[in-house]
Amino acid sequence: MSRMKKEERNENAEKKRGVSRFTPYALIGPAMALMAVFVFYPLADLVYLSFFDYNLIGKKKFAGLGNYKVLFFVKTDFWEALSNTAVYTGTVVVLSLLLAVLFAMWLERDSLVNRFLQKSMFTPYLISMVSCAYIWSWMYNDDSGILNAMLAMFGLPLSRWLNDSHIALFCVAAVAVWKSLGYYLIIVLASVRTIPPEILEAAELDNTSPVRKFFRITLPMISPQLFFLLITITISSFKVFDTIQVMTGGGPGNATDVLVTYIYRYAFEMNARVGYASAAGTVLLVILMILTFVYFRMLGRKVYYQ
Amino acid sequence: MKRKKNGYYRIRAAVLKAFSFVFKAVMAVFFLFPFYWMVTTAFKTYGESILFPPTLWPETWTMDAFRDVGQRIDILYYLKNSVIVAVSVVVLQLFINIPAAYGFARYEFRGKRFFWALVMLAFMIPTQITFIPVYILFSKVRLLKTLWPQILPFAANAYGIFLMRQSFMQVPEELVEAARMDNAGEFTIMTRIVLPMSRSSILTAEMFSFISTWNSYFWPLVMTNSDKIRPVTLAMQRLQDANQGLEWPILMAANTLVVLPVLVLFLALSSQILKSLGYKGSK
Repeated sequence: MSRMKKEERNENAEKKRGVSRFTPYALIGPAMALMAVFVFYPLADLVYLSFFDYNLIGKKKFAGLGNYKVLFFVKTDFWEALSNTAVYTGTVVVLSLLLAVLFAMWLERDSLVNRFLQKSMFTPYLISMVSCAYIWSWMYNDDSGILNAMLAMFGLPLSRWLNDSHIALFCVAAVAVWKSLGYYLIIVLASVRTIPPEILEAAELDNTSPVRKFFRITLPMISPQLFFLLITITISSFKVFDTIQVMTGGGPGNATDVLVTYIYRYAFEMNARVGYASAAGTVLLVILMILTFVYFRMLGRKVYYQ
Repeated sequence: MKRKKNGYYRIRAAVLKAFSFVFKAVMAVFFLFPFYWMVTTAFKTYGESILFPPTLWPETWTMDAFRDVGQRIDILYYLKNSVIVAVSVVVLQLFINIPAAYGFARYEFRGKRFFWALVMLAFMIPTQITFIPVYILFSKVRLLKTLWPQILPFAANAYGIFLMRQSFMQVPEELVEAARMDNAGEFTIMTRIVLPMSRSSILTAEMFSFISTWNSYFWPLVMTNSDKIRPVTLAMQRLQDANQGLEWPILMAANTLVVLPVLVLFLALSSQILKSLGYKGSK
């Protein structure tokens, strides 16, 4: 409020400097216009298209809720894609958060070794998902992959990795965790280091056990960052595509088919069923909205804000 | 702990420390090994690459795989596409994101909360949701055969605006006031005071834009109909399709060429990036 008053007082001075009421709008205008064209209009159009039969060439035919009916009640492959996406997201979210916190506690002290490890862990984050996918496909290879060679070295039974429908999804999830863990670690670590040392020292004087200290002090203090990561990782897992497309192509069978590969396939490969694909896209949009909302409602209250 | 400094605890601490060190080494290997594996595979002969168990160090070093990459696809051409797209995105973002972030950081205006909510919404909507309508849009204006569909949708970047706003807001108000006392214009304040003080976060945001555009796969896959406008991430697919059996050395050689620029860029800037990222995350 005081800022607003100050603005009023400065109004005359501002005019002199060439600031008008329109300056802020001129500054944010181009960005907002681009977002309107490439984010908000497409969102509305996606929902609109989902009520039509449309194949890019012919005319749009109104289909009502027909696409959704097919999605949920006629075909079974959509449910498969949906549940695969959920399993994938759950795995990546839990593993990433757990490992990021564990590593952050482990690497808390700022030393040369720790910094080196942190840097090594961050490297994969910068490499394209496609290259990571190619490299890991090569390591997962049944015949001459390095992972099977290691299993053989220890006398363990060989695995078929990406060709085994029971574990293929988890193999892909592992790549996602491997790739981004270093980035999550940086964020958690930075937030752990902002905890005022006096609080931890006070707890030490009271002979608080390390476990108790972690749950009562550290975890609540880093909860805003964990909350931010929870949302980011959920969204980025729900939109997984590159790795699946390169490593498994959705297979074996439909074992690793996820929402986005599903949408892509129907929109561009199967006679361009754009309306149907849009309905699937709308479902993805609704899921993301609901998840974000639920996170904010359920966890927002428990998060400790400084 | 500090009080119990007898022999047993000292030995236990030393053992724990050694154990922790070894485990750290193992972890570093775990995270870096795939890159080592990529590069060494690229220098192996095809015959050696399919040996089981594989050789950790190539027995014969050969550049054949790199030569084959060049023979099968015009990799320089695709690299050029990637560079044009990534550089255009970064340059456009400089002119669009910085003013927007500055507007949100340092002005009060009607509808600010509403517009900011829109930016946050855009931040959360992945391109995997918007691609169908955007594709139709570009086909209507007949731009699908150009590089624009890969550039324009990323000219405004909600994440970049978010990051830069944070750092613009941290420039002390007193500095700006002092400049105003000296009758400095708004534009001078922005270019002479606020921007230089936020240099590291602008650099970080721009570097991430470059890398994520360079690495993109999904968007060019859906936005390009012809080979001529594809980036190198997509071109690699053709190495895979081109022949019956997968020739891993060739694929790894192509990937080495794609990964190298990013790795070099990161190694050159790594300390600065890690610092500025951690700082961002903690705010």
